[in-house]
Amino acid sequence: MATTIRSSPSAAGTGRARRAGKRHSPYPGWFYLPAAVVYGVLFLLPTFASFYFALTRWTIFDSEFIGLGNFVQFFSEPALVKGFTNTFVYAVVTSGAKVVLGLGLGMLLTSQIVGRGYLRAVVFFPVLVSSVGVGITFQVLMHPTKGAINAALGVFGIDGPGWLVDPSLALLSVALVDVWKGVGLATLIYMAGIVSIPKEYYEAAKVDGAGSWTLFRNVIFPLSWPATSTVITLSLIGGLRSFDLIWAMARGGPGFTSDVIASVIYKQYQAGFYGLSTAGNVILFLAVTALVVPLTRFLARKEVEL
Amino acid sequence: MKTTFLRRSAICAALAMLPLSMSACSAGSLGSSDDSAGGATEITFLVDNAPSTVLGAEALVEDFNASQDDVEVTVETRPQGGEGDNLVKTRLQTGTMDDVFAYNSGSLFQQIAPQETLTPLTDQPYMEQIDDSFLPQVSAGGEVYGVPYGTAFGGGVLYNKKIYEQLGLQVPKTWAEFIANSEKIKAAGIAPVIQTYQDTWTSQLLVLGDFHNVAAANPSFAEDYTAGEAKYATDPAAIKGFQHTQQIHEQGLQNSDFASAKVEDGIRMLLEGTGAQYPMLSSMVATAMTIAPDKIDDIGFFALPGDDPATYGLTAWFPGGVYVPKTTTGDEFEAANQFLAYLATPTACDILTEASVPTGPYLVEGCELPEDVPQVTKDVSAYFENDQQSPALEYLSPIKGPALEQILVEVGSGIRPAQEAAELYDQDVEKQARQLGLEGW
Repeated sequence: MATTIRSSPSAAGTGRARRAGKRHSPYPGWFYLPAAVVYGVLFLLPTFASFYFALTRWTIFDSEFIGLGNFVQFFSEPALVKGFTNTFVYAVVTSGAKVVLGLGLGMLLTSQIVGRGYLRAVVFFPVLVSSVGVGITFQVLMHPTKGAINAALGVFGIDGPGWLVDPSLALLSVALVDVWKGVGLATLIYMAGIVSIPKEYYEAAKVDGAGSWTLFRNVIFPLSWPATSTVITLSLIGGLRSFDLIWAMARGGPGFTSDVIASVIYKQYQAGFYGLSTAGNVILFLAVTALVVPLTRFLARKEVEL
Repeated sequence: MKTTFLRRSAICAALAMLPLSMSACSAGSLGSSDDSAGGATEITFLVDNAPSTVLGAEALVEDFNASQDDVEVTVETRPQGGEGDNLVKTRLQTGTMDDVFAYNSGSLFQQIAPQETLTPLTDQPYMEQIDDSFLPQVSAGGEVYGVPYGTAFGGGVLYNKKIYEQLGLQVPKTWAEFIANSEKIKAAGIAPVIQTYQDTWTSQLLVLGDFHNVAAANPSFAEDYTAGEAKYATDPAAIKGFQHTQQIHEQGLQNSDFASAKVEDGIRMLLEGTGAQYPMLSSMVATAMTIAPDKIDDIGFFALPGDDPATYGLTAWFPGGVYVPKTTTGDEFEAANQFLAYLATPTACDILTEASVPTGPYLVEGCELPEDVPQVTKDVSAYFENDQQSPALEYLSPIKGPALEQILVEVGSGIRPAQEAAELYDQDVEKQARQLGLEGW
């Protein structure tokens, strides 16, 4: 398991071998067809159809071509600026926290501690729970007067805030829950990354007299970089198009204060503006692509050879 | 150890996916009703999941099923509010709608493209039993598509009569009197105006429920508004509702937990006497009935007052309709038709009255309200009897901006001032009008 996660140099080698072998492959190219049909019908077709429907006024049964009207409308959407800012804040906060916590937990859970298997399961468990379920549960826990969190704070004499109803806190509260839910996956990726670092590096570092900070700074962190870049990319994309948790917990509210692009788009769909919401999705698609493609390039360049 | 953990996680993940794929399979069975039990045609009836609606629907269906052997109706439920709108639209669009379904009348009805998705019922004999005032609310392109379901209701203020008595207050006939009352209630240590922004739609009452006053001050508002000439931000009467929402926040007249409270919390406060006045739809008395039936007569209702006591009156809402989608054909259509004919009879009204509280007059000929209806229903019916009512804007214009509730939550929470909010809502209205493809926008 660990070796397959280990990255580039060996993968490049096997890739070359595979390419060479492909010429003599006993399997015809037609074997790709079933997968290609599924991919084409379920992914390519809707994607390209959406580029067309974004240019129409689209009601229940008919669509009327209206040019770029939807894009003009979407960009003049008052909640859009707020949505973009919030999306960006949310993505950066969640992916940042997941990197820091995931790395910390990853190191903890690969070290020799009591109950390691149990702790690993505990950390990973929230990933398996449905976002909507988590959202609704935390909505109850974070209730300003009746919620368990504020009740617990009250025992220590702290007057807890209105987590989800205070306009300045709502988005961060949701981000907090997102981190709680997503950090298990980040930890898992880091654990795989840390475990795949060959023992020789630790031994060599120890022989050279490295303390635990130096060990982390010069061995663990750089050599688990593929894990870091995976975590950043995954959680940034996740954060940019995040919707389920935000909708389940705050519905973009109070007012528009925790609206992200995806919830702005969903509201257009909910209002029956299908063309407009499709235009919003096209914009989101382009925005995420524009951000993530250069980022993955940048992260890939920083990888070091083991 | 490491590998077993990872493998175990993978299995867990695979198991977690399982219910997803299974629920995906069952979606196709929604529209089917071909299985027959004992020769009876089975049809489904979709209603929203408000407890009072479900009670009423189940009582009706039980009585109807018992009254004949040909048709067997079962009730299905859907979410309320925006999510419910979406579900109804999606099912109609994909041809998976139930055989019969209940949905709003007025502008929301227009948005489900009735001419393309519903079967016209204009020529059905039972249509003659329906009150003429209801027909325009479920008509499109000269055809009628639905029968009324439930009673008409009003948008105004539910108030605790005991508190009013104790403090010696009178039902206000102007907004200034309403505020004066509220200040006295506040001085007595009771939350004067209940707001429940966790259910965002409730924030709209001070604007939508004020429409009688808008129409009284500017009778052509609805027409000009639909034509894109009248705006909330510039019409001196229309902006009042926004200003009132701001005022109750600025003067500290709201309950302290306005941001986190839901409708049920609001009703509970009203029943317990920790809140005195709740701007709300009178139909919510049904919810009060499920919470504390013994205290129901402590609650009364008055229309939202405007500036001029001479034109004081109620903003009225029509009941929703029951419709048959085009996808219901053959035996199912005959069965559905039989069920609709039943709904348009006084028997159905009586069953409904028994199961859930009527909140205003029925719009079916021959239906009478019993003597022992709650105080709120009597108060609402009085406005209808005295002809002190006019329809809400959603029955006069197809345009209703979708973001009004969020905008008003912002106004009522002190995030955005009234004038700016009204301007923002005008933009929202413009978007709706353009998406509907109306002339002149």
